[in-house]
Amino acid sequence: MSDRTIDRVAQATPVRVARKIRGLSDRAIAWIFISPTIFLLLAINIFPLIWTIQLSFTNYKANRIGREVKDVGFRNYERILTDSDTWLNMQATAHFLFWTIFFQVLIGFTLAWLINKKFKGNDLWTTIIVLPMMLSPAVVGNFWKFLYQPQIGLFNYIVSWFTGKDPSSFEMLGSVTLAPWAIVIVDTWMWTPFVMLICLAGLRSIPDYIYEAAEIDRASKLRQFFTITIPMVLPFLMLAVLFRGIENFKMFDLVVQLTGGGPGSVTELTSINLKREAFEKWRTGYASAYAIILFVTVFGLASIYVKALNKVKQR
Amino acid sequence: MTYSKLASASAIVLAATTLSTKAHAEDLTLCWAAWDPANALVELSKEFEAESGHTMNFEFVPWPNFADRMLNELNSGGKLCDLLIGDSQWIGGGAENGHYVKLNDFFDAEGISMDDFAPATVYAYSTWPKGTPNYYALPAMGDANGWFYRKDWFEDPEIQAAYKEATGQDLREPQSQKELLQIAQFFQGREIDGKTVYGAAIFTERGSEGITMGVTGALYPWGFKYENTPGSYDMEGAVNSPEAVEALEFYKEFYKTATPPGYTNSYMGESLDAFKSGQVAMAMNWFAFFPGLYADPNTGGDKIDFFVNPPQNQPGSTLGGQGISVVSYSDKQDAALEYIKWFANPEVQAKWWELGGYSAHNSVLEDPGFVDSQPFAGDFLEAMAGVQDFWQEPAYAELLLAMQKRIHDYVVADQGTAQEALDLLIEDWTEVFEDEGKL
Repeated sequence: MSDRTIDRVAQATPVRVARKIRGLSDRAIAWIFISPTIFLLLAINIFPLIWTIQLSFTNYKANRIGREVKDVGFRNYERILTDSDTWLNMQATAHFLFWTIFFQVLIGFTLAWLINKKFKGNDLWTTIIVLPMMLSPAVVGNFWKFLYQPQIGLFNYIVSWFTGKDPSSFEMLGSVTLAPWAIVIVDTWMWTPFVMLICLAGLRSIPDYIYEAAEIDRASKLRQFFTITIPMVLPFLMLAVLFRGIENFKMFDLVVQLTGGGPGSVTELTSINLKREAFEKWRTGYASAYAIILFVTVFGLASIYVKALNKVKQR
Repeated sequence: MTYSKLASASAIVLAATTLSTKAHAEDLTLCWAAWDPANALVELSKEFEAESGHTMNFEFVPWPNFADRMLNELNSGGKLCDLLIGDSQWIGGGAENGHYVKLNDFFDAEGISMDDFAPATVYAYSTWPKGTPNYYALPAMGDANGWFYRKDWFEDPEIQAAYKEATGQDLREPQSQKELLQIAQFFQGREIDGKTVYGAAIFTERGSEGITMGVTGALYPWGFKYENTPGSYDMEGAVNSPEAVEALEFYKEFYKTATPPGYTNSYMGESLDAFKSGQVAMAMNWFAFFPGLYADPNTGGDKIDFFVNPPQNQPGSTLGGQGISVVSYSDKQDAALEYIKWFANPEVQAKWWELGGYSAHNSVLEDPGFVDSQPFAGDFLEAMAGVQDFWQEPAYAELLLAMQKRIHDYVVADQGTAQEALDLLIEDWTEVFEDEGKL
């Protein structure tokens, strides 16, 4: 059938065009096909990146069109890296990143392991668990803001029920010590299902015969878990960590809705600070340098991580 | 035959006239914040539509996004707005970046005199460089940060007796900032009608301008100044003066001891909610909201009264309000200018006040009946006599966000001392002015 179609196409192709195409190598044809994509990639990703690098060495402000743009060398980079507030933002981001990934992996894997057991209502539970992931971050932020409200918030009342503390005696979003944990809780609630789904895919990809062989060898359940389940799910788990790591490094919407970066600046993640510099203060040159620093950081860390991931896969 | 020719000619002339009128009728878009006075302006503008034949469209943006949305629009040379009622702090950027049309020639040609408007509003909303006769806006909406309180609670004999017993003083509208705090602390956590109530709702918002607008309500009465000499950008000793440090410590004490729980990121909306839900005895907010508060069926009418921001070392209120400007990127500038001419008319200004807008026109403010026209009218006049505004520099956003950070870090996040917060603020502002080439 396909041969006939090819024949028909060949017959319908004008002789001149056919001659020209016949003259092109496979490689040339491949280039013709991918060139629109490459062009788009250059226009949308590479050109802005190069332009951002160029702007990062200037004092350019996008809201001051007529202002003279001066070359300031590495001054923007020097300012950012020597500013103690930058490091506080980095610390806040690192705290958020580490604990969200830790809890999401721990809870996500546990849930996947439980869901993977065959039981009645398995599919229904899976659907219920993945619901938070389907919501918009803006909705989740507003929704949890109410839950954390000291006077009427359900979260405070639940904590109060367990601890006997007055619900309005603590402020999840207003306390310097609790606010960084408040955003970790919400992100964990929202994105644990994502990690769970990836882990579930990993668990379901393990062939049953491996466990059957282990059973024959009289390996205990614990040993099976550590020598079969964990190693075989590890590449999936690492992939989930990579996705969540990249996503949470640029976390913005959820935290802005919840705390706006406050109280003070304790939940001001790097992306929030970058947005303030670029689109509220309009320090375009400075913000470009900031963006490049973040890009290099994420790119560097991700590259190291991907190498580690590949090694795990090869084992 | 002659009659038919005449009739045809008349029809053509009539059609041409109609078409020509339609060609001059424009669809104007006025941009402003989405709040009570904006609704009053829609109502008021119907008269303009009837008189001019132009159609008015409105783009109202909620306050938290107003600056972001509108400044992006201006910076990108957008044609969305023909007229913009922009915040007072934008005037420097609006003028220097060429976003606003300079109105001097138009005012001269149309006989519109800035002497007809309250001097404080002309200075704050219209001029750039500050105080010079270069006008980029017509004062549209006078405003300042004031206070309102539960009059019914203040007049309750039991509460009055309890206050007298606790403080040895009579419960009344506060005459100083310290008395304001004392009253708020008295109400904090008190049971009224079987419900726990709190002292006062103040501004603590971090993201846009909230905490700065709130804290300046304490800083100005203590005598805070931005510069030692106006125009010198010499801030050391002014911004971090002992009075400023004391005022900042006062605001933190107010936040810690006299506001509702969870009041860590609150601005206009939260203040109104706290008051209307019967949660607080007093609240700060812009005068623009006072007509709506007075009309509220639950907490308005006899239950509410208003007072100007209390003095301490001197009177002082934080300026709000806006001027109306013609956007230079608009293709309909002539029609937009027509609107400004109409709006400057004293009769329109009187109606503007009647509908709930705050006119800055002297004919309205100096009218003998003005003070008694609304329960807050006298306070408004008093407030406008002592207003101070934030920097109005083109780099105002950088200056504002630096203050938001330093003040929120100290007041809400408990970091450092008041002296350190103000010292760091001077460092931030110095850096901005150095970048601007002004230092």
